[in-house]
Amino acid sequence: MEEQKQPVALESSAPVIGPGHSFATVTDKISAIVLTRPTSTGWFVGFGVAFLLTMMMLFAIGYLFVRGTGIWGITIPIGWGFAIVNFVWWIGIGHAGTLISAILLLLRQSWRNSINRFAEAMTLFAVSAAGIFPLIHVGRPWLAYWLFPYPNTMNYWPQFRSPLVWDVFAVSTYFTISLLFWFVGLVPDLATLRDRSQSRPAQIIYGMLALGWRGSARHWHRYETAYLLLAGLATPLVLSVHTVVSFDFAVGIVPGWHTTIFPPYFVAGAIYSGFAMVLMLAIPIRKLYGLEDFITERHLQNSAKVMLATGLIVAYGYAIEAFMGWYSGNRYDAFTLWNRLHGPYAIPYWALLICNIFVPQVLWIRKLRTSPPALFLISGVILVGMWLERFIIVVVSLHRDFLTSSWGMYYPTRWDWMTYIGTIGMFLAAMFLFVRILPMISIFEMRTLLPEAEVKPE
Amino acid sequence: MKHTPIYGLMAEFDSASELVAAARQTHAAGYSKIDAYSPFPVEELAEAIGFHRNGVPLVTLIGGLLGGLSGYLLQWWIATVSYPVNVGGKPYHSWPSFIVVTFEMTILFAGIFAVFGMLALNGLPMPYHPVFNVARFAFATKDRFFLIIFSSDPRYSSVETRRFLESLGPRSISEVPS
Repeated sequence: MEEQKQPVALESSAPVIGPGHSFATVTDKISAIVLTRPTSTGWFVGFGVAFLLTMMMLFAIGYLFVRGTGIWGITIPIGWGFAIVNFVWWIGIGHAGTLISAILLLLRQSWRNSINRFAEAMTLFAVSAAGIFPLIHVGRPWLAYWLFPYPNTMNYWPQFRSPLVWDVFAVSTYFTISLLFWFVGLVPDLATLRDRSQSRPAQIIYGMLALGWRGSARHWHRYETAYLLLAGLATPLVLSVHTVVSFDFAVGIVPGWHTTIFPPYFVAGAIYSGFAMVLMLAIPIRKLYGLEDFITERHLQNSAKVMLATGLIVAYGYAIEAFMGWYSGNRYDAFTLWNRLHGPYAIPYWALLICNIFVPQVLWIRKLRTSPPALFLISGVILVGMWLERFIIVVVSLHRDFLTSSWGMYYPTRWDWMTYIGTIGMFLAAMFLFVRILPMISIFEMRTLLPEAEVKPE
Repeated sequence: MKHTPIYGLMAEFDSASELVAAARQTHAAGYSKIDAYSPFPVEELAEAIGFHRNGVPLVTLIGGLLGGLSGYLLQWWIATVSYPVNVGGKPYHSWPSFIVVTFEMTILFAGIFAVFGMLALNGLPMPYHPVFNVARFAFATKDRFFLIIFSSDPRYSSVETRRFLESLGPRSISEVPS
């Protein structure tokens, strides 16, 4: 019986939660960040920079609405360009949040309890950033609602045999379910903030958002059921989302796209980049807010291991692509491989291999897995690598396909860069607001991790 | 002075274990209109107050079936009846193409039904509730555990019930005005 009480303490020595905590200290420490601690200058500087970048994005999009997609670098044959590269990159980043909150919940990995809340927030903001791109890429964004099936006077319906329509359903479902999951998780903590806050406006706002939660045993019982069911629903959903995104490519016949390995390797790549983003956010946050007790070495180490594993799956995907380019005997596939290695975009391809395959292998070293600065750097490298991967898939596949007469080159313009960097700003601005006004660690789930939460048998 | 009706008697405990033990005894003593409050989910607690099953799974199942069926029927009707388009000679009713949207609609509806079904069954949102009248109850979302016996319980009596609650060894007992 005794060993059952410590299910996941086998190998890592670092605990999930620092010693000496009680229900009260956990509650106070997390809620104080929102309610009582003064907002630091660093927060204002960080939020200010992110806000300015957001404004830059709005400016770039505003100019796009005036002039049309001609301000971007897209041409024929490369009609997809940065918009789709960034869309896939952002959607992928979101996947780690759902993996942490849903899949690790089902697998009873209780260490997830201290990082799931902000990972879910990260998912929401990343999917929001992703959603911007297809909408502004459609050319006439004011008609983007034509993507949805609704009765109209044109007697027209969407074409349900197209993966692009599947994607509309996959991404909008993903956003909705992620939002519900995040909000349901927040309700008991909003009640805590309602009861802890001293100012009347805060009490009213948190009180309204908490929906009158009072922690009744009947409520908890239904709540736990609903939360578990949501996790069960979100698990196949998150796998399906990047699968459907990969269908956008794999269902087409373009060499470099038309391959059955795309779904699993897209999903693995999504989780890979998502965990990299989780670490890039968690490492500064735990340092700045002194949350080393809650986001411990164990969390960093586990995330690093997930990155290592998914990175190897991604490497396998690259290897199979290269192998099939040779083994299939298809001259177009063989050329795609040659073109990646030696063509005009060879530098991004080699950079991709270095960022995604070679550099992350240092995570085999335990010392680096537990060193926050090293992990921060490696995560940055992986995020760059995963962005390059999508660039290679979108641009390099399109720029030279079957007919040499239709070959072309793609050069992003300053508007492409402004929009892309602007969405990073928007994402960060939303994260800054989130850590300031909502509990970034799930308080009630942290309470369940404490030994005193255990009910002693009579 | 105006007479305030009493909503119930509330006892406060220090730990989850004490609350579960108290809830079991209260339930065993024949009280049926009771509830317990804790700052985090305690599995044994719902059992202790005699609440074993809830309706959320059924609601979620209905939502999932509804979403899946409507998703598939929508595509079938559009592709074969309302707007048939010949794409590469594929049959109008090309069901494998319809699986993705059917799946997504199943998840979407099941998820929405699970969340809103849970809230509806819990009677939330409910910004006001009599238990909030007890000042100590603010700690129910921090580190305290509460048990309430509602005055609507047939065995409720302001003297006997208080005596019974005192025998459970709580930290404090308060009357909840309604």
